[in-house]
Amino acid sequence: MRNRTVALLLSLVVALTLAGCGGSDASGAGSGGSSDKETGTLNVLAAASLTETFTSLAKDFEADHPGVTVKLAFDSSATLAEQVTQGAPADVLATADEATMQTVVDAGGTEGDPQLFATNHLQMVVPKDNPANIRQFSDLEKPGVKYVVCVDSAPCGKLAAKVLAATGIKAKPASEEVDVKAVLSKVELGEADAGLVYATDAVAGDDLVKPIDIPTSNENLNSYPIAALADAKKPGLAKEWVDLVTGAQGQQALADAGFGKP
Amino acid sequence: MTARGPALGRAPARLLVPAGIAAVFLALPLVALLARVPWADFVDQLTEPAILDALRLSLVTSLAALAVVTVIGVPLAWVLARVDFPGRSLVRALVIVPLVLPPVVAGVALLSAFGRRGLVGAPLYDAFGITLPFTTAAVVVAHTFVSLPFFVLSVEGALRATNREYDVVAATLGASRWTTFRRVSLPLAGPGLLAGLVLGWARALGEFGATITFAGNYPGTTRTMPNAIYVALQTDQDAALVLSVILMLVSVAVLGLLRERWFDQAVRGPVRA
Repeated sequence: MRNRTVALLLSLVVALTLAGCGGSDASGAGSGGSSDKETGTLNVLAAASLTETFTSLAKDFEADHPGVTVKLAFDSSATLAEQVTQGAPADVLATADEATMQTVVDAGGTEGDPQLFATNHLQMVVPKDNPANIRQFSDLEKPGVKYVVCVDSAPCGKLAAKVLAATGIKAKPASEEVDVKAVLSKVELGEADAGLVYATDAVAGDDLVKPIDIPTSNENLNSYPIAALADAKKPGLAKEWVDLVTGAQGQQALADAGFGKP
Repeated sequence: MTARGPALGRAPARLLVPAGIAAVFLALPLVALLARVPWADFVDQLTEPAILDALRLSLVTSLAALAVVTVIGVPLAWVLARVDFPGRSLVRALVIVPLVLPPVVAGVALLSAFGRRGLVGAPLYDAFGITLPFTTAAVVVAHTFVSLPFFVLSVEGALRATNREYDVVAATLGASRWTTFRRVSLPLAGPGLLAGLVLGWARALGEFGATITFAGNYPGTTRTMPNAIYVALQTDQDAALVLSVILMLVSVAVLGLLRERWFDQAVRGPVRA
């Protein structure tokens, strides 16, 4: 009996450990050296909406820099900003809005001023078979429609709140998901009739979801800033990564993914 | 178990030292958490309607899950402990799987089964228009799924540990198997049952991954305390700390109450006439 209790408690520990929510286990190898010939791991933290673009840019970056591994961690911008201010080892941070980046700037976490490198706007997505027969944004008000948005602490949630207020939609969402990818997956799975995601996520998920435009306006636009971090272990590589993203190659990749110009 | 004094000699340092490390290791993060809490905000937060909503939801759903777990878990534990049937070890393995499943995976699995496009969920939706995700019922389902294994393993262990001959004696005295279960096996397994209830409830109360994946996250219907803590953590560290402490205090209070009221009683006098 007691052995079993011990075993149970052990299992509990294991289960709870596994339960730990995502985050970066990033670890900077070695310490900062000269800027031109750095090798090792570059840790990049980026908003979830940058997943596809940054993943492909990382491959290019690694090809151009033998001996360098780019380690990417994607999460909600707020979570990443929090991790940076708490001292998570990272070299570059890219967030999905300026307000979130500002919290890191205020905490003295960035090296120099952040640069804007892209814009994004919200789009509505519905499952391919469109079970609730949604044709336009105002259809969210139809009775029984289950739509999901980001929680309002995430940039996509702040944007959604602004857009919903500006367009006068009164219907409440069925759920406030933790980040934009969670919203997309609820729609992809067909659990939600509609979701508000970034235009880029609508592109990324276009096998399973159908985009429906939301009137673009000043309320419906986020700017993405990127910055090398003050505590970067690889300051040289961090700067090169920022240059790649803000340069022609990065801008092309971002445009292909549906991002707007900064 | 309660023997002490010189008869056994001094407790060896090679046991005491690691035991001390373990105790400190467990206590330290909790102390650190308490030390960082902005106590000035504590009362304000405690009376915040959104927090009370989350707390109420957490208590209701975890207790509802516990009721479901008891009703279906005790019979399953009894069958595993007392009935020989082919495939029993397979069933026991299945009971353990959710224990080792990362909670988010459990959430995805639940969506695959009970979501609107799920194995069971799709026919349910087509026939009756019922959907589980985004409802409070879905939170109970998620809680039940993750806490049932703890409960079943604990109760099964207790049933196995009790002497099966009592069952036989009861049978020779003319008791039906149901009566034997109710009057003999279950009371004897009392401590294990309570341990299972406590473990299961604690697991349900802290459940986050499966809930947010399967049930979603909306104030009042699916935003439980752990969900609220996660959301708060993204904007307001202090609020998240206060919430964490509230959840911790509630758990400790309930566990303390259980210990006082029922646990000792059950351990001391498990067999009732």
